Amino acid sequence: MKKIFKNQIALALAGILAGTSAIAGTLVINGDTSDPAPKAAFQAVIDGFEAENPDVNVVYNLFDHEGYKAAIRNFLTADAPDIAFWYAGNRMAPYVDAGLFAPIDDVWAEQGLYTLMKSSAAGMTMDGKKWGIPFSYYQVGMYYRQDIFEDLGIAVPKTWDQFMSASATLKANDITPITIGTKYLWTTGCIFDYLNLRTNGYDFHMDLANGNVAWTDDRVRATMAKYKELVDKEYFDENHASYTWQEALGPLASGEGAMVCMGNFAVAPLRELGLDDSQLGFFQFPEITPGIPMAEEAPSDTLHLTANAKNPTDAKRFLAYAARADVQTSWNAALGQLPTNSGAEVADDKFIKAGFEQLNNASALSQYFDRDIPAEMAALGMESLQEFMVKPERLEKILERLEKARQKLY
Amino acid sequence: MYSYWKNNQLKLTPWIFLAPGIFMFCLYVIFPIFQSISLSFYDWDGLGEKTYIGVENYIELLDDEDFYTSLKNNLIWLILTFVAIPAGLFSALFLNQTVRGIRFYKSLFFFPFVISQVVVGMVFSWFYDPTNGLLNQMLEGMGFNPVAILADEDYATYGIIAASLWPQTAYCMILFLTGLNSVDPEQIEAGRIDNARGWRMLWYVILPQLKPATFIAVVVTVIGALRSFDLISVMTRGGPWGSTRVLAYFMYEKAFSEYGYRMGYAAAIAVILLAIMMVYIAIILYRMYRTEKGV
Repeated sequence: MKKIFKNQIALALAGILAGTSAIAGTLVINGDTSDPAPKAAFQAVIDGFEAENPDVNVVYNLFDHEGYKAAIRNFLTADAPDIAFWYAGNRMAPYVDAGLFAPIDDVWAEQGLYTLMKSSAAGMTMDGKKWGIPFSYYQVGMYYRQDIFEDLGIAVPKTWDQFMSASATLKANDITPITIGTKYLWTTGCIFDYLNLRTNGYDFHMDLANGNVAWTDDRVRATMAKYKELVDKEYFDENHASYTWQEALGPLASGEGAMVCMGNFAVAPLRELGLDDSQLGFFQFPEITPGIPMAEEAPSDTLHLTANAKNPTDAKRFLAYAARADVQTSWNAALGQLPTNSGAEVADDKFIKAGFEQLNNASALSQYFDRDIPAEMAALGMESLQEFMVKPERLEKILERLEKARQKLY
Repeated sequence: MYSYWKNNQLKLTPWIFLAPGIFMFCLYVIFPIFQSISLSFYDWDGLGEKTYIGVENYIELLDDEDFYTSLKNNLIWLILTFVAIPAGLFSALFLNQTVRGIRFYKSLFFFPFVISQVVVGMVFSWFYDPTNGLLNQMLEGMGFNPVAILADEDYATYGIIAASLWPQTAYCMILFLTGLNSVDPEQIEAGRIDNARGWRMLWYVILPQLKPATFIAVVVTVIGALRSFDLISVMTRGGPWGSTRVLAYFMYEKAFSEYGYRMGYAAAIAVILLAIMMVYIAIILYRMYRTEKGV
């Protein structure tokens, strides 16, 4: 009798021990890498981490890319994973403010990320703390039909005047200079951000994004005057409001359009549409006000430790792993993007190399219109830019509406 | 206890049968209505603390251009979707004949109601497509300039309503077809003897007998117009620059879209929408009450 009892206790204890160690070693990650390339790339990262840390078992919950944006609000409050994918800049503000993300300054300090990730540090900082690990970013700029430019004898434009005369030549040859699809609105942000960064500089751009400057300010008007030049001369495709950004890539592939303002993620679909590296090129958005340092847009994809994580210790180990140079090298090679760790190596690809050079020489990095500007203001802003592109005569009314919203929302 | 049951069996039984339904209705319809009303007095992003702000959401709503755009569009929807009723009536009259294969034609006419609204939206988006769409190919063939219907603030709402009329007409048609089945042949006979034909026959003999079907068609069409959401979401996402928003879509945008998460504000929109619907519901209930009483 006594012996049986003892055995039972031993068994129970063993069970408890086994149970706890299993819990301690399980790391839950929620992500939105639903496209084939990012999915395979992240699986390789998980495999690599598990091989180095055999005591940790990673459970990865994959969400659909669009569905994730709604799901993250639910799972962060109800059933938080240890690590969640998200974006830098103002896009993470709601979760930082609601106390759902946890600061990881200790990981940044231990891994020396303050120096290694200096360029993307600003986008991860709120209230003086670091709220995540940027694992990848990409350049935004002008993708263009190199072969068409060469055929028409157009040089890659470096200044606004060159850009306008290049567009005029294209237009004269019945080619739409800039194709854009504004149905989903955010594509307008690319044009506006760069016009504003080049006309007024990074500091002014961020002041505007943070609500410190009026939308009716003369400097905003100067930016919009440049925008209006493009609209008035009909350098954009005519029915842009009917098309999504993917549909707008069609004219570029068929040669009816020559340029598109886009992030590096546009390269993969353009290659699928049949363009090779001799046809497709990339150039930096040209200079407008001479002497203003060239700041660039570089949206970062990030990983965050959640405040309700059950296993923060292993989560921090994973975040440290994701920040490491060698991991970022292979991860971003598979993603077709740029590593944020300056010690990492860049893949041998025309566009990735071009982006690396552009971002390395950048005076500062902004995220993107709808990541730098708070959500509600950004939504109204992009909608207004679309309206402006169709009805440029309403500029004054639009700026006043945006200014009214700014005073209310900040 | 037993005797109480025995004495009141007839009174209690219906309530017992109704109980599950009433419970579900209260849980999923009545309770959320009150929840929305109370939420509309708060400022809440769906994550953090709720802050009580009184009627501020409503004050903001009254100063919001988008709200008036939505309200105006709702009105346009309400008026124009009524076209579905006569259109449904005439297709029903047209199909109410005995020809070989009429069942097949009837099912073809009914088809748009069976397919998903999302599919209807996609089909019409392609139809309107400014470069490759059928509509613009036809317009060009006739020598007109192409119109990007869904990208033009003046036409987009009408373009979506036209798409919504397709399934709505089919639905009204079915209602009228069943109504036509129960039209009394003796009255038609009597009308014939009195030399009524064509319009007069339709107006004085057939239509009065279709009154119940018409009533249902009106109710369903009004509610359908006020709830219009899926087609807008599929075809324009409220654009261009928000000019095709209706209250239901506006509410969704404020609550659940990528840039929304203003739950209190969205709840205020929902309350306004409910108030508008209540006007119709009250009229319908009053009419039903009168017919039940036989007045």
